[in-house]
Amino acid sequence: MIDRRSRTQRFFEIELPAAILIVIALAPYAWMAITSIKPTADIARFPVVYWPDEPTLIHYADLLARTTFPKNLLDSFIVAVSACALGLGLSVPAAYAFSRFGFFGRRFLMTQFLTINMFPIVLMIIPLFVAMRSLGLLDTVPGVVLGHATFAIPFAIWMLTSYLNGIPKELDEAAMVDGASRVQTIVKILLPLAAPGIVSTGIYIFVASWNEYLFAMMLSGQNVRTVTVALQMFIGEYTIQWGLLTAGGTLVALPVTLLFLFVQRHLIGGLTAGAVKS
Amino acid sequence: MVSSRLTPYYFLAPAILATAAIVLYPVASTLWMSFHDFVLYRPFDVPFTGLRNYERLLADEAFWISLWNSFVWVGLAVGLQFALGMTAALILNESFAFRSLARALVVVPWALPSVIIGLMFTWVYDYNLGLLNDILLRFGFIKSPVAWLADPDIALYAVIVALVWQGFPFFAVIILAGLQAIPGDLHEAAEIDGATRLQRFRHVVWPGLKGVILTALLLRTIWVANSLDVILVMTGGGPGYATHTLPLYAFLRAYSGMEFGYGSALAVVLTLFLISVAAFYVRRTMREAFR
Repeated sequence: MIDRRSRTQRFFEIELPAAILIVIALAPYAWMAITSIKPTADIARFPVVYWPDEPTLIHYADLLARTTFPKNLLDSFIVAVSACALGLGLSVPAAYAFSRFGFFGRRFLMTQFLTINMFPIVLMIIPLFVAMRSLGLLDTVPGVVLGHATFAIPFAIWMLTSYLNGIPKELDEAAMVDGASRVQTIVKILLPLAAPGIVSTGIYIFVASWNEYLFAMMLSGQNVRTVTVALQMFIGEYTIQWGLLTAGGTLVALPVTLLFLFVQRHLIGGLTAGAVKS
Repeated sequence: MVSSRLTPYYFLAPAILATAAIVLYPVASTLWMSFHDFVLYRPFDVPFTGLRNYERLLADEAFWISLWNSFVWVGLAVGLQFALGMTAALILNESFAFRSLARALVVVPWALPSVIIGLMFTWVYDYNLGLLNDILLRFGFIKSPVAWLADPDIALYAVIVALVWQGFPFFAVIILAGLQAIPGDLHEAAEIDGATRLQRFRHVVWPGLKGVILTALLLRTIWVANSLDVILVMTGGGPGYATHTLPLYAFLRAYSGMEFGYGSALAVVLTLFLISVAAFYVRRTMREAFR
């Protein structure tokens, strides 16, 4: 298509709005990061100091030395990695079944998994709290992991099924005709081909678990406390210590932002689940 | 190929069992609790109270306020997310020098945990030291600082702005994918026939996008209606009931008030409101997936 707009016109109609868009998307995050490197005296000054004369990492040092934050980061990491492993362990076989078999109840079950994704979490959280308490899983890693992995299953199954559907069935049929068992076919043929989809789904589960707050908050206590829960508690505890809070926020947000940028293309395919025909 | 008819069910069993235990059982249990007077500190004395929790709800002023706030919350947040997301998608669909960078960066708000979003905006809204009051004062838009999160007339809208920021990339990305799926020769044909840009949007772009937008709106309505963590972090529902929405109220009654029966009834009511939206979404998605 030939664009007949002049350069100035293009600047005002496209490039300037695009730049404003980037500013909107990044400003609150950037402001948090800038605050985290301001000396305490600068943070407490009004009118606001936009950029500190002497940037400092003191808040990060404080956060890691004086608070429980390092332990919380570790907890979050353990929970998210385990949720990722468990979630994939449950949803990869299920997606394999949906993608490779025609069976009674297939459509019904896929509908159920989609529907389950719509349930409000407040609807489940109270009985889960009671159940976890009676099973002794309150304030333990397995309790939180079980919840996070299972909440992610429905979406993971849909995403993986659409990915597996893109791998021709003839490939596994050929392998089985050549005498490979079903397990061999899955391990040697299908999984390597599906690796990009599995990695994306895994990252999705990791990010969802890392970011989750409500469930982790209900189940956590002294032993296990993820970063989102800890940060929310800091807001009450260190009310005016915005240096500490913004340093924590910046640290927590960084890994997930990078992972998410890396995986977004596949996520979107799963999210729209056929809504976009391409 | 040696394969019993049961094989697919073996592969599905673990996922189904986990989902049944962690999702279906609690949902059924919540439904059951909503008909009982369940209080955590006496777990063995749970009298059946029939519809009493639901009757109480009708007379509960906080319920009606929360319900109304929920409508404002969903309507404004989803509407503005869509408007901003659509604008962003149309911009990102043009070609310009830093397009791929812009496409990647615009997704950042979507990746952040709700707690961090709440934290960031609470800081920007801060009465004494916040960036927003600073800028508005500097340019003379306001004469004195505004208590964004403490003023009952403003707080809900201030929180909605945070949610719009979090959610607009979702629309931007999905609508952008929809725009890219519209064949370029359609545009060219329309242009050759002398269609203006507005006409092209109405007759070429819009028909191609309608389906995608409807799906995105349905999905987002459900998410926004259910989401409570941003509010919880920013205001905790206050001041007063000013930022109470239905899921938040259900959560507060159950968690802080330890009134599981009543909290459950509130959660069930929220679900009833969402069922038609969810059913519509599920039907559309299944139709697309099984075509």
